Amino acid sequence: MFAMLALAMVLLVRNLYTISLLPDEVNQGQIFRIIFFHLPAAIAAMLGSAVALVASVMFLWKRNFQYDALAVAVTEVGLAFLAVNLVTGSIWAHVIWGIWWAWDPRLTSALICWILYAGYLILRQALEEPTQRATFAAVYSIFAFTDVPIVYFSIRWWRTIHPQPVFFSKDGSFPPDWSRALLINMVAIFLLYTVLTMIRLRQEQTQREIDYLRRTVHAI
Amino acid sequence: MRFVRLRFIRQVMVITAKDLRAEMRTKEAINASFAFAIVVLLILSFAFEPTEDTTREISGGLLWIVFLFAGTLILNRSFARELPNDCLDALIAAPVPGAALFLGKGLANFVLIFAVEIVALPVFGIFYNVRWARQFWSLMLVMVLGTWGLTAIGTVFGALTVNIRLREVMLPLLVYPVMIPILLGAMKLSTDLVAGQPISGDLVVWLKLLFGFDIIFTALSLVLMDTVLVG
Amino acid sequence: MSAAAVDCAGVWKFYGDYPALRDISLTVPPGRCLALIGRNGAGKTTLLRMLAGYSKPGKGQVSIFGKSPRETDTRQRIGFIGHGIAVYDELSAIENLRLFARLYRLPNPERAASEWLERTGLERVRDGLVREFSRGMRQRLAVARAFLHGPSLLLMDEPFTALDDRAIAVLQAVLRDALAAGRTVVMSTHQLREAMDLATHVALLNRGRLAFHGERTEEMVKDPGWVYAQYGES
Repeated sequence: MFAMLALAMVLLVRNLYTISLLPDEVNQGQIFRIIFFHLPAAIAAMLGSAVALVASVMFLWKRNFQYDALAVAVTEVGLAFLAVNLVTGSIWAHVIWGIWWAWDPRLTSALICWILYAGYLILRQALEEPTQRATFAAVYSIFAFTDVPIVYFSIRWWRTIHPQPVFFSKDGSFPPDWSRALLINMVAIFLLYTVLTMIRLRQEQTQREIDYLRRTVHAI
Repeated sequence: MRFVRLRFIRQVMVITAKDLRAEMRTKEAINASFAFAIVVLLILSFAFEPTEDTTREISGGLLWIVFLFAGTLILNRSFARELPNDCLDALIAAPVPGAALFLGKGLANFVLIFAVEIVALPVFGIFYNVRWARQFWSLMLVMVLGTWGLTAIGTVFGALTVNIRLREVMLPLLVYPVMIPILLGAMKLSTDLVAGQPISGDLVVWLKLLFGFDIIFTALSLVLMDTVLVG
Repeated sequence: MSAAAVDCAGVWKFYGDYPALRDISLTVPPGRCLALIGRNGAGKTTLLRMLAGYSKPGKGQVSIFGKSPRETDTRQRIGFIGHGIAVYDELSAIENLRLFARLYRLPNPERAASEWLERTGLERVRDGLVREFSRGMRQRLAVARAFLHGPSLLLMDEPFTALDDRAIAVLQAVLRDALAAGRTVVMSTHQLREAMDLATHVALLNRGRLAFHGERTEEMVKDPGWVYAQYGES
């Protein structure tokens, strides 16, 4: 795990250096560099929610609490990364348009997804009994994931009726040296996501071990 | 096989009838919901100057905010009414599939919420001086689809939250974000329908969204209801 | 060889950290009446609810007539009386019984409902709303609801607690008939006297463990507290 962390850090630092060396973009000035974090964070969060779905379904099927631990770990880290996405998007909006929030379809969808998965954590907090908590959280996670594409499409349709400031359309005009930097950053951020999830996972498993030991002591 | 399906439908009807009968005896939820709908309509009328143009722009949004809030009161009650005397235990123990329980309660909730909406519409028309019935049947279709989406999600999540503390807060907290896409569609459609425009062109896409949402989440709820009830 | 009515094998149940049931292994052949006794918090309610299928064991297995308690056919054969009466306050007695008769897929719901109203002495108040019933009447209706579908296994959690005399008489009569018909009964109770009257076997739960399980003896009938004294708190 530490190897992964080290690799992630090395990549990130190197990328920061490379990114700072890139020439300023024509339209946006300095701020374009934020895409190198904004986009990978979003993609990482999306992949995270897919992992959470699989973990939730597996838990309901096999009733193995490892899957529950994975689901909560990956969702928590995903929320953090999604928050990064929202904040960087907001900063970008402020620099370009002078407003702190624009109802850009991708950003709005991200916000709604953030609220959905925050609901997952709130639900977990409200349920005390571990089996019930894992089961209900898994059910909610399945509903949340099913909603994500529907949210995305509905917001996009909504936007075509009321055109909003477009941030960054990915059609064309993406210089090759950007692509490389973006790819490397993506790898780095995915690694970071994995590392954080593993840390959270280990914490969750330690918690269960403690619970188990407590139970055994009680039984004596 | 057909015998089993018939029995299933009968069990659904039995549960729907039970919920509706119980509600009609006390009328607690539905009275509160009616009153709340009217109060919210009233308060919102103070929020802006109800000129014809502004009203036309926001009518769909306003109506569905009212429907959403009033509907939540009824959804909260749905599983809560099974708690006294441990009636939920009896329902779970009975040889009724979770899907039948979901449909039974869902239909009852739908009937109650739709009743409130039907009453709220003319009140809306009076308070805001709007002729809302120009595209009556299309509007009814949108209301049926939108309300069923709310009911489906609200019924499953109602079972999810029945034993949680702060249930009355948790239920809307979980339901509203999931509802956003269907609310968007219902609001868009309702605004145009109230203004007298038929559903065509761009709007058809929203109608498809409503159908799709309802089908997907009803299917999901039917499958997962057993898990929620028994764990 | 027909399957045992109840079969617990190495059952544990945890609530968070706390083991409410520890390594319970228990077999109840059909036709028996088992009195489950123990102090408050010993785990009687937990065990009964698990047998009824409301929760799953943390470890071990529960089978009712050889199958999982959650299967539809098994649910049809179980009757449960818990702490709550599990009937709707806003409905009348007949409406409640009709509802459950239909949910339990009885061929003639109306007749079954009327029959059980008579057997529990509630036919005069058949159209009365349950919320207006006295406590004893509510208990009798709960008995009617539980027995309505002719279950082969009755699971009852302290059914005699706070019953008036008439309700006690009704319940005892109904239980005697059920046992005579070969049904199985497992009931937890504090009312040792009433229990010892009907029980064929006794099991004592002590802090989640099965401290004693055996036939009802003369000593137990003469002095219901005997089991506690012999096998009680360590």
